[in-house]
Amino acid sequence: MLNYVLSRLFTFIPTFVGVTLISFGFIRVLPGDPIIVMAGERGLTAERYAELEAQFGFDRPIYVQFWDYLTGVLQGDLGNSFVTKRPVWDEFFSLFPATLELSTCAMIFAVVIGLPAGVIAAVNRGKLYDRLLMSTALIGYSMPIFWWALLLIIVFSGNLQWTPVSGRIDLIYYFPDPTGFMLIDSLSSGQKGAFTSAVRHLVLPTIVLGTIPLAVIARQTRSAMLEVLGEDYIRTARAKGLAPGRINGIHALRNALIPVITVIGLSVGTLLAGAILTETIFSWPGIGKWMVDSIFRRDYPVVQGGLLLIAVAVMVVNLTVDMLYGVINPKIRKR
Amino acid sequence: MSLLRIRNLSVSFSTASGAFQAVDAVDLDVDAGEILAIVGESGSGKSVSMLALMGLLPWTATVTADELSFDGADLLRIDRAARRKIIGNDLAMIFQEPMTALNPCFMVGWQIKEALRVHLGLDRATRHKRAIELFEQVGIPDAEKRLTAFPHQMSGGMNQRVMIAMAIACKPKLLIADEPTTALDVTIQAQILDLLADLRRETGMGLVLITHDMGVVAETAERVCVQYAGQKIEEQPVGPLFDQPHHPYTAALLDALPERATDKLLPTIPGVVPGQFDRPSGCLFSPRCKFADATCTTTPPVAAGPELGQVRCHYPLNTGERKAS
Ligand SMILES: Nc1ncnc2c1ncn2[C@@H]1O[C@H](COP(=O)(O)OP(=O)(O)OP(=O)(O)O)[C@@H](O)[C@H]1O
Ligand SMILES: [Mg+2]
Repeated sequence: MLNYVLSRLFTFIPTFVGVTLISFGFIRVLPGDPIIVMAGERGLTAERYAELEAQFGFDRPIYVQFWDYLTGVLQGDLGNSFVTKRPVWDEFFSLFPATLELSTCAMIFAVVIGLPAGVIAAVNRGKLYDRLLMSTALIGYSMPIFWWALLLIIVFSGNLQWTPVSGRIDLIYYFPDPTGFMLIDSLSSGQKGAFTSAVRHLVLPTIVLGTIPLAVIARQTRSAMLEVLGEDYIRTARAKGLAPGRINGIHALRNALIPVITVIGLSVGTLLAGAILTETIFSWPGIGKWMVDSIFRRDYPVVQGGLLLIAVAVMVVNLTVDMLYGVINPKIRKR
Repeated sequence: MSLLRIRNLSVSFSTASGAFQAVDAVDLDVDAGEILAIVGESGSGKSVSMLALMGLLPWTATVTADELSFDGADLLRIDRAARRKIIGNDLAMIFQEPMTALNPCFMVGWQIKEALRVHLGLDRATRHKRAIELFEQVGIPDAEKRLTAFPHQMSGGMNQRVMIAMAIACKPKLLIADEPTTALDVTIQAQILDLLADLRRETGMGLVLITHDMGVVAETAERVCVQYAGQKIEEQPVGPLFDQPHHPYTAALLDALPERATDKLLPTIPGVVPGQFDRPSGCLFSPRCKFADATCTTTPPVAAGPELGQVRCHYPLNTGERKAS
């Protein structure tokens, strides 16, 4: 197992270099000069411009700049934000819990609903429930996130007034945030109503962000289950006189989970991409919103460092998923 | 009264190209402790008839019968929950492909203990003890250690032993073995057949052995039922069947046995079992039968009485009037 993890870590190296290069190049390809953006309406003199250019190192050849960046990254230095002057690391880690909390809730939402929905659809293949579910999933899958979010906001926040429109918690609550996870911190603060408020803020973003993964998981579970249900060992399970719930929920689902875990892992990337839009719509103070704001400010260190850290997060998730395979599928484990 | 009694069992599948009759008016009896062999070429409906009995056919199958009773229970009337109490318990079945018949995600021990828990409600420790006993009974060496193995870590022969252990876990009254050795190599085949025969002797269970190997039939079975294209065409105790087959198809099967060969070249039966689209209107075997005449190709024969082994043939062999050539 350790060997396996090490060999996987080894394959990270080229990916890592590639991501570094792309994140470095991406922001520079965008038109717009960070110095001009920083100066804003006032504008600035040619001398001041040259001075700043030298200060940020923009006057040197691009490959030297990349080399500087790369050696910095390898030493764990992602640079400081042009705007706030704070280290990119610090900003990332103060915002990451918000994104993690939202993504985790969205994923739990998607799995908890998608998995049983897919199983039930497969077991009732071709019947009304199956058709209904699969067409709903298709709609969910093709729904533009911002449109879906606006629809939910109009109905649940506007008309029904059930949920707040933005933020992570009502502003009347204030407490220390040792973990950065609002659900945990609000609970441990002991303030009355804080936790409920946090949950109510979380509901809509979770649904919006979780919808696409939910649709993907439901469809994948259904097709994996359909395949597994035709296998010999399912016939054996039925020949043992087991109840249908046991056959579908244990014997079949355990095997069907193998491909489903794959799409769950792949959904993490989609989820982080979706988080950018969702966080912007709901003013959710996480990585997604931070990245979007930084792109508009042409805050080079934040954009390239942030992208890199997101990519690493996705890679770590994929590694975890690969190891989960082994737990679920004994054939892989022993190899 | 016999343990298993089947009267006029028919199974048809609805397929994209219309209905297909896989089993056609089959009668069958098995007594307690008896070994019955069902033989026939591929596609003759051996598996389908037994799967129908177990209630394991997919929803595309329509099963009809005048009687389907096992050990006093009327399998046609009882609901699914009641049937689940019987199958895997008093009525068990093992299959042809041991490598795919066990669930790859669970340890074999777990899969056996599951049967013990569901049907017998044994507690954890007793289940464990009984699982080891069963593994020893079916000749799995190192029984306790093997309980934690996964199916892919064992050979086909070992997996088939696990399947057998699982099937006999609840001491069934009847075990249906659907070509239990076809996927195994020859030396293992003999071991598995010996094991089944031994278990039958020890436990007194009845055994239905599905096979297309006449050699296996000769060695193991007591009574033989020959099936062709979904119909039972002959049934006799094993001795008389080998001495005096009444149906030309049975005779041809026996002639194809190497031990009986009179020539260097083994005789074969020309043609194949009729499928959905080329079902003859008369006797189903008539297109391949060397004795067939005009009657055979137009009129389906009805089954004869027990003195002629219920043979379905207009001109049965070995009746005294006409001897097999
Ligand atoms: N689910 C199904 N749908 C349609 N036709 C089926 C189905 N299962 C079996 N059949 C058909 O029923 C016929 C009998 O099949 P069956 O499996 O009983 O044959 P068999 O005698 O057991 O042969 P073998 O020796 O190959 O196991 C075959 O022609 C087969 O194609
Ligand atoms: Mg078969």
